[in-house]
Amino acid sequence: MELAMLLQWPRRDKHLGAHEYPEFVKIVEVGPRDGLQNEKEIVPTEVKVQLIDRLSDTGLSVIEATSFVSSKWVPQMADHTEVLQGIRKSPNVRYPVLTPNMHGFQNALAAGATEVAVFGSASETFSRKNINCSIDESMLRFEEVLNAAKDQQIPVRGYVSCALGCPHEGPIDPSKVTEVAKRLYEMGCYEVSLGDTVGVGTPGSMAAMLRSVTREVPCRALAVHCHDTYGQALANILTALQMGVCVVDSAVAGLGGCPYAQGSSGNVSTEDVLYMLHGMGIQTGVDLSKMIAVGDFICHSLNRKTNSRVAQARGSQL
Amino acid sequence: IIKYFGSIPRRVKIVEVGPRDGLQNEKTIVPAETKIRLIDMLSDSGLSVIEATSFVSPKWVPQMADQMEVMKGIRRKPGVSYPVLTPNLKGFQAAVEAGASEVAIFGAASELFSKKNINCSVEESLQRFEQVMVAAKAAGVPVRGYVSCVLGCPYEGKVAPAKVAKVAKRLYSMGCYEISLGDTIGVGTPGGMSEMLEAVSKVVPVGALAVHCHDTYGQALANILVALQMGVSVVDSSVGGLGGCPYAQGASGNVATEDVVYMLHGLGIQTGVDLPKLMDAGAFICHSLNRRTSSKVSQATHCKL
Repeated sequence: MELAMLLQWPRRDKHLGAHEYPEFVKIVEVGPRDGLQNEKEIVPTEVKVQLIDRLSDTGLSVIEATSFVSSKWVPQMADHTEVLQGIRKSPNVRYPVLTPNMHGFQNALAAGATEVAVFGSASETFSRKNINCSIDESMLRFEEVLNAAKDQQIPVRGYVSCALGCPHEGPIDPSKVTEVAKRLYEMGCYEVSLGDTVGVGTPGSMAAMLRSVTREVPCRALAVHCHDTYGQALANILTALQMGVCVVDSAVAGLGGCPYAQGSSGNVSTEDVLYMLHGMGIQTGVDLSKMIAVGDFICHSLNRKTNSRVAQARGSQL
Repeated sequence: IIKYFGSIPRRVKIVEVGPRDGLQNEKTIVPAETKIRLIDMLSDSGLSVIEATSFVSPKWVPQMADQMEVMKGIRRKPGVSYPVLTPNLKGFQAAVEAGASEVAIFGAASELFSKKNINCSVEESLQRFEQVMVAAKAAGVPVRGYVSCVLGCPYEGKVAPAKVAKVAKRLYSMGCYEISLGDTIGVGTPGGMSEMLEAVSKVVPVGALAVHCHDTYGQALANILVALQMGVSVVDSSVGGLGGCPYAQGASGNVATEDVVYMLHGLGIQTGVDLPKLMDAGAFICHSLNRRTSSKVSQATHCKL
């Protein structure tokens, strides 16, 4: 699929009951980055590369490959250069990488990155605790990255964390999420992913937040990144789809626990999202059976059980 | 928000099926005292309906063999209803003798499932239920009707919404005050749920409908949300997500009451349920069963920083 088409969805809707849903939803697979970053076990480079290569064959069009953050902060991603250089780059797939600042951006470029992502927060406290600076300061850093990226014609995706609640501050006002999302979009991010970082959101808070954000950022440039810590992810994703969002982040096998609730789940499973979307007749281009197989592979490598209910059910077929 | 949630009910009744549907599908059999304590704890959590047990032959369902003891041992909280399953007239009579003041009957939308599960056709089962209905009316006992396999059957695969509507209508016209539509193997997704509800609500008023979603494929909360959006205001669930799926070994079954309540309260919907007390009941029964809770809300809450 051409990059231009990917960046600007013409939204076609389908009717199901009283609601309109997109005909196509783009899945952004964050397992190799957000997933592995939040797993206790550090995975060797070859396994990361294999994971990404297998994901490349499932029909996904976007696979977040790694993070160019200092290995002091995120040891799981210390092998970022090797991973990016080791993967087989499928022609129909993009491999964005996280870049917190200019330094990370330059390293990413040198390693062959062709798309990057920057990570803002809707919560001041979370921003300070997570990346050691205020929201405003982080935006200034990102502007630098955006300017450099523009020069290199590298598309940039923006993330807003704590969109439905913060582990430190509690509830987050939708207007704050809108402020940050708008800033990221206006500085040049082609897409803004709104993250329910601690999974506390429910359809009510999702709808309220999106209603606010969509006043300032077009729906087609929005994505939702729901965590399943309280089991609310699919209901929240459904709500987002009803409100016109057509990009969903998820992680194969639901990799990545919640760093704020030890032992709890984190990312929503790609398999479970696909099952819902396909069941509703919404296309994704992704092959569910292949995804389940990839999930099996990485769980085996991590010596852990899958978080995907679909994989559990299919794996225990009659 | 109005456009998306304008028609959702302000109040939802939770029908807690943990002590029956939940325990019936757990490998470990728990003694009567444990069941009684569970039900008593649930009674204190604000629930208004708790399915207590099943008057099915212990030959078929050994987990419910202590039905009499449980029924007589529980503390009946005023304002709380304790329905029991009764597959036929004999079960009904035993239930009434044990003090039951509400019963439930279980039909299927799939012929094959009916044959394999209760050894007779859907029509034959409905005739058995008519007998129960006559006796129940005479005794002034309300009856709830269940329809299983409403979004798919482990044997037949797809199930036509028209078939679900037909069975639901029959149970309702027979006198069931409420019809619980069950996604028995959890295969349904929001599209199928709304299609099925559209068909059923044409022949049974939506106020008399409930959804009983299984979370085997993780779809339960999304399916429940769609049902709420279509005006359904009664949701069945099981504390701790008790009860695996007999058709997919090791997979999950019932949706966890804690997770449903979390979503409903987040939507501003009243349930009357005290979530912390509910979680206590869940923790108790999971400890007794020596198993981890299937409720994500419980897992997250007990793992707080």
